[in-house]
Amino acid sequence: MEKPVIATASLAGCFGCHMSLLDIDERILDLIELVDFNKSPINDIKEFARECDIGLIEGGCCLDENVHVLKDFRNHCRILVSVGECAIMGGLPAMRNGISVRECLEEAYLNGPSVRNYNENKILPNDEELPVLLNRVYPCHEVVKIDYFLPGCPPDADLLWRALTALLNNRKMDLPYEVFKFD
Amino acid sequence: MEESISSILDRYNHDVYRLMDILIDVQSDQGFIGDQAIARIAEDLGISKADVEQTRSFYHFFSKKPTGKYSIYLNTSVNACMMGRDAVARTFEVEAGIPFNSVTRDGLIGLFDTSCIGMSDQEPAAIINGKIFPNLTPFRVKELIRDIRAGKSMEELVVEGYGDGQNSNPDIRAVVSNNIRKIGPVLDPDYKPGEVIRKKLPAMTPQQVIDEMKRSNIRGRGGAGFPTGMKWEICRKTESDEKYIICNADEGEPGTFKDRVILTERPKLLLEGMVVAAYAIGARQGILYIRHEYKYLKIYLEKLIEGAHKRNLMGKNIAGIEGFDFDVRIQFGAGSYVCGEESALIESAEGKRGEPRDKPPFPVEKGYLDKPTVVNNVETFCSAVKVLLNGADWYRSFGTTDSTGTKVLSISGDCRYPGVYEVEWGFSVNDICGMAGADDVIAVQVGGPSGSLVGPSDFDRILCYADLSTGGSLIIFNHTRDLLQDVVLNFTSFFIEESCGSCSTCRIMPVILRNKLLKILNARGAKSDISEMLEWAAILKASRCGLGQTAANPIITSIQNFRHLYDQKVRGEVRYDSGFDLTQATQEAIAATGRYTAVD
Repeated sequence: MEKPVIATASLAGCFGCHMSLLDIDERILDLIELVDFNKSPINDIKEFARECDIGLIEGGCCLDENVHVLKDFRNHCRILVSVGECAIMGGLPAMRNGISVRECLEEAYLNGPSVRNYNENKILPNDEELPVLLNRVYPCHEVVKIDYFLPGCPPDADLLWRALTALLNNRKMDLPYEVFKFD
Repeated sequence: MEESISSILDRYNHDVYRLMDILIDVQSDQGFIGDQAIARIAEDLGISKADVEQTRSFYHFFSKKPTGKYSIYLNTSVNACMMGRDAVARTFEVEAGIPFNSVTRDGLIGLFDTSCIGMSDQEPAAIINGKIFPNLTPFRVKELIRDIRAGKSMEELVVEGYGDGQNSNPDIRAVVSNNIRKIGPVLDPDYKPGEVIRKKLPAMTPQQVIDEMKRSNIRGRGGAGFPTGMKWEICRKTESDEKYIICNADEGEPGTFKDRVILTERPKLLLEGMVVAAYAIGARQGILYIRHEYKYLKIYLEKLIEGAHKRNLMGKNIAGIEGFDFDVRIQFGAGSYVCGEESALIESAEGKRGEPRDKPPFPVEKGYLDKPTVVNNVETFCSAVKVLLNGADWYRSFGTTDSTGTKVLSISGDCRYPGVYEVEWGFSVNDICGMAGADDVIAVQVGGPSGSLVGPSDFDRILCYADLSTGGSLIIFNHTRDLLQDVVLNFTSFFIEESCGSCSTCRIMPVILRNKLLKILNARGAKSDISEMLEWAAILKASRCGLGQTAANPIITSIQNFRHLYDQKVRGEVRYDSGFDLTQATQEAIAATGRYTAVD
């Protein structure tokens, strides 16, 4: 039988969730036995080469590019999973949600102490190559349908392992309290 | 300013539990409650500024900034919108030259939205400096703003003459109409108030009063329907040096206005009921908690209480009963629906934010100032008097087995005769519509937003505690109404506005539900949205009080009874649509950075 295929992406996140995935230690060898990876920063495959079974999304959407990537994942993955606080609720990046985009940009490029005296022409970056900020940071499920949510910041390696193996083996997820507690 | 605040503080004996009254007086005296006033009050009462600030910020009619020499609060309720609020609101904005929720630059006029003000039978209505202006039209609005600009006094603004009955009493002088359409045994005008206190009470022990109440099977008229006799008995049996009677006249459920009419036309009966209850449980102090919107009745009611003292129906050794002392004070709210919940009402009467308490303990054990307290609805007290006057058997001869007696209904919406009707329990929705002259009915909201929206298939259901329970509000809708847009959306917004914010469920879920509803109304809805709304609404049951627990009722009952309206609006072939709009989401950044603009 063909191995199930996994794809992963980090949107507006810190890669911490991906680190946590690597944190399953030597079980990663088991995982590679079980699955193939397609588009993912782990193997640096940039474009979907095939349809995937599971997509793992870290981070929410703060740019138009995030939205395109997320929609691409939805189109290519049978099951899409929000992994971690940022994908589920917006996380730290969403702290800007109470502040207008203009104010954010002005603080970052005009008024912040590190740029105040260096941006003589008062330019807010506007090259067409640059992605565009969204009006606020959106959790993934506000953009596309998400099938599962794995909480944590980052989610515990055991949580990821248990969830993934359950999905791969078509079992009910067994997620005891220990893999959810964060203190 | 310093002087006036001092005299206000003196008026309430520098009592921290009277913070509501102090703030109400400062607000009406100065037009706002500024930081200086807060600091002064905090220092005087020996509490922190944050304590004063949190009470101030809780209530709709307290304001940190001046609200204009003429503060106009226009009702946003379903009834107001049905009767042409939009045109009235736009005219206010055009004539005053400002959008709602702002004040003109010269500080003359302030325009504000406000939740249902208890005038559903004469909408659209506004409160201007405490005075009610019902039945507004764009023409009338132009007149009002012109007269305000011409410097006319509040009295001179009134051109429609005063309302019927006591509304034209010199102590009230309101343009409000009673619209009493049907009088039953409880509101019977032939009764001479005081008779029960004078003739019945001296011959009965408190326990006998409670027994009679229990035998009558009377249940609370506010909506929850708790057996009144039992409530009184538990309170009587709870040992304490002080006990309190509170009358809940904070009717804020949109579509309800019967207490307004009782307070206007039968206030003596109500006060007598409070005295009866005080006798039964052994209370010496009572509070009549009235919503801020009815403040125009203040002087009238205060004089009645004074009069009761003179006639020995209140005060010391009432009706010659040795040691039976009882006095009532009036407590006004300051604009908060959740204060209709009894424990929130108690918090508010203690001068705090009107946030519901955790229960148990219930107020009958730990209520006002942590003493055993009976909180009953206006109508319950009135009915109690009649139970004692004519006996429990007489009372039980009205209504059904589980719902004895009568109910005063507030009927509004699409009918020829909106108003107040006292009917026996046990009528069907159809009967009620017939009675009110409504012959084109597609839906009736029974029990206000926290009740249910029922359709024709339920019109033969019976009004009683066992079937369609109601605190008295019935709003009728005809075929011209878009139930989702005009009714469900309005009610859901109402709950969002009125949530106290204490429980995260009630603070957040109604917003999420409204967004989903808007998505459906904006033709972005998918089938899954309907089932998700039902699924997610269930979490509201975890809220602390009735407001939170029922905040999704407009959505739940409309999905249950009018599913086809939702099905028509969602796109059948789409299984899922998050409603996300990339163009809209990027607009702000594109504008800020000036991208995609012509390059020269």
